[in-house]
Amino acid sequence: MIVHAARRAIFIGLVAGIAGWHLSLVGLIPAFAQRRLVGDALTFSYALLVALLALAAYATGRRYPGAVQRIPWGILSALLSSLMLFLLALLVTHLNLRQILLNATPELARVLTFGGGASGAGLVRLLLIGLLAGLFAGGLSALPRPWGRVIVSAALMTLLLGLLRDVLGPLLPQVVTSFLYGTAGLSLAGALVTFLLAAVLFTLRWSLRAKAVTARATAAVPATLRQPVTQALLLLILASVPLWAGLFLSNVADFVGFYILMGLGLNLVLGFAGLLDLGYVAFFAVGAYTMAVLTSPEVGQRFTLDFWIALPIAIVTTVLAGLLVGLPVLRMRGDYLAIATLGFGEIVRLLVLSDWLKPYLGGAQGVTRIGRPSIASWRIDSPQEFYLLVLLSCLFAWFLSVRLRDSRLGRSWFAIREDEHVAQAMGINRVTAKLSAFAIGASFGGLSGALFASLVGSVVPASFSLLVSINVVAVLVLGGMGSLPGVVVGALALVGLPELLREFQEYRLLVYGIVLIAMMLFRPAGLLPERIHRRELEEAVEEAREIAPAEIATGRG
Amino acid sequence: MTIAAPHRFTGGRRIDISQLIVWTIGGILLAIVLLGSILTLRAGHYTAAQWRDFVVFGIAQGAIYALIALGYTMVYGVLRMINFAHGEVFMSGAMTTFFLADYLNRSGFLKAHPWISLVAMLLFSGLVSMTVAVLVERIAYRPLRGAPRLVPLITAVGASFFLQYTFRGLFGSGVRAYPAIPVLQGKLWVFQKTQIAVFVGVLITLALLVLFLQRTRAGLAIRAVAEDREAAALMGVDVDRAIVTTFAVGGFMAGIAGVLYALVFVQVQFFMGFLPGIKAFTAAVLGGIGNLPGAAVGGLVLGVIESIGPSLFFDGYGIRAAHQLKDVIAFTILVLILIFRPTGLLGERLGGEERV
Repeated sequence: MIVHAARRAIFIGLVAGIAGWHLSLVGLIPAFAQRRLVGDALTFSYALLVALLALAAYATGRRYPGAVQRIPWGILSALLSSLMLFLLALLVTHLNLRQILLNATPELARVLTFGGGASGAGLVRLLLIGLLAGLFAGGLSALPRPWGRVIVSAALMTLLLGLLRDVLGPLLPQVVTSFLYGTAGLSLAGALVTFLLAAVLFTLRWSLRAKAVTARATAAVPATLRQPVTQALLLLILASVPLWAGLFLSNVADFVGFYILMGLGLNLVLGFAGLLDLGYVAFFAVGAYTMAVLTSPEVGQRFTLDFWIALPIAIVTTVLAGLLVGLPVLRMRGDYLAIATLGFGEIVRLLVLSDWLKPYLGGAQGVTRIGRPSIASWRIDSPQEFYLLVLLSCLFAWFLSVRLRDSRLGRSWFAIREDEHVAQAMGINRVTAKLSAFAIGASFGGLSGALFASLVGSVVPASFSLLVSINVVAVLVLGGMGSLPGVVVGALALVGLPELLREFQEYRLLVYGIVLIAMMLFRPAGLLPERIHRRELEEAVEEAREIAPAEIATGRG
Repeated sequence: MTIAAPHRFTGGRRIDISQLIVWTIGGILLAIVLLGSILTLRAGHYTAAQWRDFVVFGIAQGAIYALIALGYTMVYGVLRMINFAHGEVFMSGAMTTFFLADYLNRSGFLKAHPWISLVAMLLFSGLVSMTVAVLVERIAYRPLRGAPRLVPLITAVGASFFLQYTFRGLFGSGVRAYPAIPVLQGKLWVFQKTQIAVFVGVLITLALLVLFLQRTRAGLAIRAVAEDREAAALMGVDVDRAIVTTFAVGGFMAGIAGVLYALVFVQVQFFMGFLPGIKAFTAAVLGGIGNLPGAAVGGLVLGVIESIGPSLFFDGYGIRAAHQLKDVIAFTILVLILIFRPTGLLGERLGGEERV
């Protein structure tokens, strides 16, 4: 038993250590060394390292029932990870690896040892922090039910607030800002207050929810009233964004909106109908280029249309494109479908890029001077004004998604997702169901593309690479395939956050890769799972993970 | 989540309109290609020597595709899944070996012992790629075996991006140029010497692969698992081990392909795995996925079409910069094959089981 536990602790400690090496050497940890979160001492890099150590301790201790076992084993693996980090710091200081590994700098050694350097002092610091992280994680997980979660959520909240200093600072009233924030991150007092406030809020929310479960049965009236009220409030907040958000934030909000639109569109195809489309960017591109060609005087027949005439044309064109892609792939199985759609996406990009179509589509330089919408004499020009248009589109797409989900068509998509053969046997027309998923899904992408082209004012082929498709898939996977709120959360986290953190830009695709793998391994139904899909996916994956060894041994599967 | 319904599930040989449209589009494409070829040949812009060079280049290119395609095909054979990250496995070998090549070059060893260096590079690259492939299998695929098909597909895409950006983070995003190998410079009759090296390298690797699969116990295990996983397990074959071996062998070949690719194209970069990966997959499907000779044939066919295609098909129409459409041709072939003949030229070979 002890041997087994020790092996487990050592294994997890080593894995966390390797993860630390990876994050350090790809440059993620040194990149955040300048980003201060709280006071002058706590940088984002340090927070990441501590989180890594605490995670190792938590993962090790999770298995055991009581604190007596959780804490010591957790500490063991956290210490082991600290040792690994120290080893890397030593290597980086004493060997000149910079010729090969870009980030193996002395600076990295300093960050890794929390400022101590690759010496005895650094070692002591690292081990001490490992010990504390292990204690903290072990203690936290040993706390009764809500408290561990409340503390972690509050800490995350505080970190987020510190992270968004440059964005939030100018928005808040002067008094609040000067209290909350210091020269770099949060001030110490600000951090403390934020943490406590957040903790109180999360506790309240938890106790409210616990009560609501029992209360719902007795008091039905407020429940029916509550929903419209919260919805109206939410809408009001959303609509007021341009009033308080500056140019930069509105721009970010617009881009999040484009991805929400695309996410909702792909959600119909991937989330509802279970068809993995890796060429979704094609529809975004078709929408954007239709808008560009129709409203820009630069290409094609040199005529220009008004935005409001071009918009429906762009959407119709994407619907046609959706049908064009959907028709041939009707009979394909899952992985072939993914590759074929990826092929379509790349063909669109390459054609747009080619000199051959340059007179019509602008080639590598793209198209500029794309028209902006105007209503009567009001020209929608700034990102703030554009935001309203994006918001309206998102709301419309959301509404459509909800209606579709609860419609007969939506049900037949679900049926196809679960089992195509059975669905057909039950009388569902595969052709109509799949084609409508592709066509409607495409139209959302086209709308997003058209708005994007108009807001940015120019389109270049580089904006329509495979990465956009992957981005949308990652948004869906993070939020939960098939889940509408999930799309919003996914887009906020994967599109909004990186836009706000400049250092992060370079690593966003790395993080997408991690998100895709980690979500599938640990939470296949996403952060905000849709009910039906969750049951289906989680059970299946859980089964696969549990049975896998036995199943392989007996050869089932 | 079985996707492929047995064709004609719903009633006889009824031709539905959707299929009619698809076939019409296919016909139009074929007509365009044929007409373009005729126009080009009649215009006679290219000499016979030029066409010959196109073909030779295409074969060299195709040989590399074939080597990568074998990895796709073998994994598909045993697991019925597409290892999306295989292109990145190829890249990781080529990228890492750059540093070995650079070191050998600067220490002068490369000049003194070019053949030993070359073999060392090939082996090193093979080993790196093998390690990466095995790790990907262990982390991203094995825990999810038996989950809905969509799930490993998504982890595969994730693994692909993870690897790309890991290498970018480790080694930077710049393009690195492999050192020239002195003995491989210049031409021998109509071939570049590097092209000959590629042919020889691919042939030796293929021969070794066939020997491995036919003559060793591990190879036998792989074939048994590809044939029927259940029965193989019942006969005492360690299925997990056979699958890991498949990934390892496929990865090793991808690593070798990486160095050969670098010999021909010189430059390596973190993103270099994407296109060859997709094209090798195309080659694998073209030849019939799961079919080893098919992968080799598919690679060569694709390489040649891609090499002569832009000039042959499009030059006759007077399209500017037709060479830009090279990848369009590859992707179009990919899509067309998937639509019209998903079993490939030589047929799928997945054992007796009904394909899923």
